[in-house]
Amino acid sequence: MSIKVRIPQPLQKLTRGQEEVEAAASDVKGLIDDLEKNFPGIKDRICDGQGKLRRFINIYVNEEDVRFQQGDATTIKDGDEVSIVPAIAGGAQ
Amino acid sequence: MILNDEQIERYSRQILLPKIGGGGQERLLAAKVLVVGVGGLGSPVAAYLTGAGVGTLGLVDSDSVDITNLHRQIIYSTDDLGKAKVEAAKVRLERMNPDVKVIVHKLRLTSANIMAVIKDYDIVVDGTDNFPARYLINDACVLAGKPLVHGAFFRFEGQAMVIKPGEGPCYRCMFSEPPPPGAVPSCQEAGVLGALAGVIGLIQATETLKLILRIGEPLVGKLIIFNSLEMGFRKVKVPQDKNCPVCGENPTITELIDYEIFCGIKKKESE
Repeated sequence: MSIKVRIPQPLQKLTRGQEEVEAAASDVKGLIDDLEKNFPGIKDRICDGQGKLRRFINIYVNEEDVRFQQGDATTIKDGDEVSIVPAIAGGAQ
Repeated sequence: MILNDEQIERYSRQILLPKIGGGGQERLLAAKVLVVGVGGLGSPVAAYLTGAGVGTLGLVDSDSVDITNLHRQIIYSTDDLGKAKVEAAKVRLERMNPDVKVIVHKLRLTSANIMAVIKDYDIVVDGTDNFPARYLINDACVLAGKPLVHGAFFRFEGQAMVIKPGEGPCYRCMFSEPPPPGAVPSCQEAGVLGALAGVIGLIQATETLKLILRIGEPLVGKLIIFNSLEMGFRKVKVPQDKNCPVCGENPTITELIDYEIFCGIKKKESE
């Protein structure tokens, strides 16, 4: 199983600069765990202490926000594209 | 409002467009747009809205022009260094197009002043650089029912979205709360490609013009993400969240909040 995961700029330090990585999982929770295995520290940036998605980071499976699907139980299949999208603030400075 | 001969000539290239015409131009000249933050995003926004003949342009910024601004804040020149941004911008923009009345608000928006500042404008464009301002502007626009054109960037990537209160999701429907201080690096720490700010600012300018002209499909309920390194756009869906703390069914935010300014060097200024 191979799922493409888009890594946003603020997390690319953890993926050694890669903008897109591959992961193997059947749901969002498994995807985050798989990412953590390969890129230690990334789970803590995406999830809070209870393992819930942080409120300023969203995960989209093929353009759909998983919060409006089944949350971290949202299923993912081979060929899906997952995007991790954080709030960013830059503008004036 | 009736266009004079000079205006017909000045705006001829957009009046020619079937979806704009003379009526659209009159609409632009009658429009009042507030640009909050006249920096990397606000500069191109203000420049293009001025060129298009948006009749009243409000500019909010409390900063002065710094040499580190010039690589992306394209309405300022080297001889503007040290001048208040809003004042330097006003001179430049009114020289570009004397049809445009530029109103300067040399201040930092707070929960105490924001409603009074946005009240007189039809559309608010967010070109700020920090989360406290972004959430404050979102909440104020939701409470006031003002369309808001959001844009932000980080290093080589940017985002934009249009918020039409009552018709679609707001920023908090997407990200319900700002990150805690230090969780997301600021632009001062992270750097930015100047032209990227231009791309995002021009998406904001384009969406603003579409809203004024009531043409096309506004970027409502969708976040556009631009990656300058691979040169591509992606859109993700942003549903309206019935549990949104500000625009949901049972809002918990009914008053404006001043989050602590945590964006690096900047300290909150007193009014």
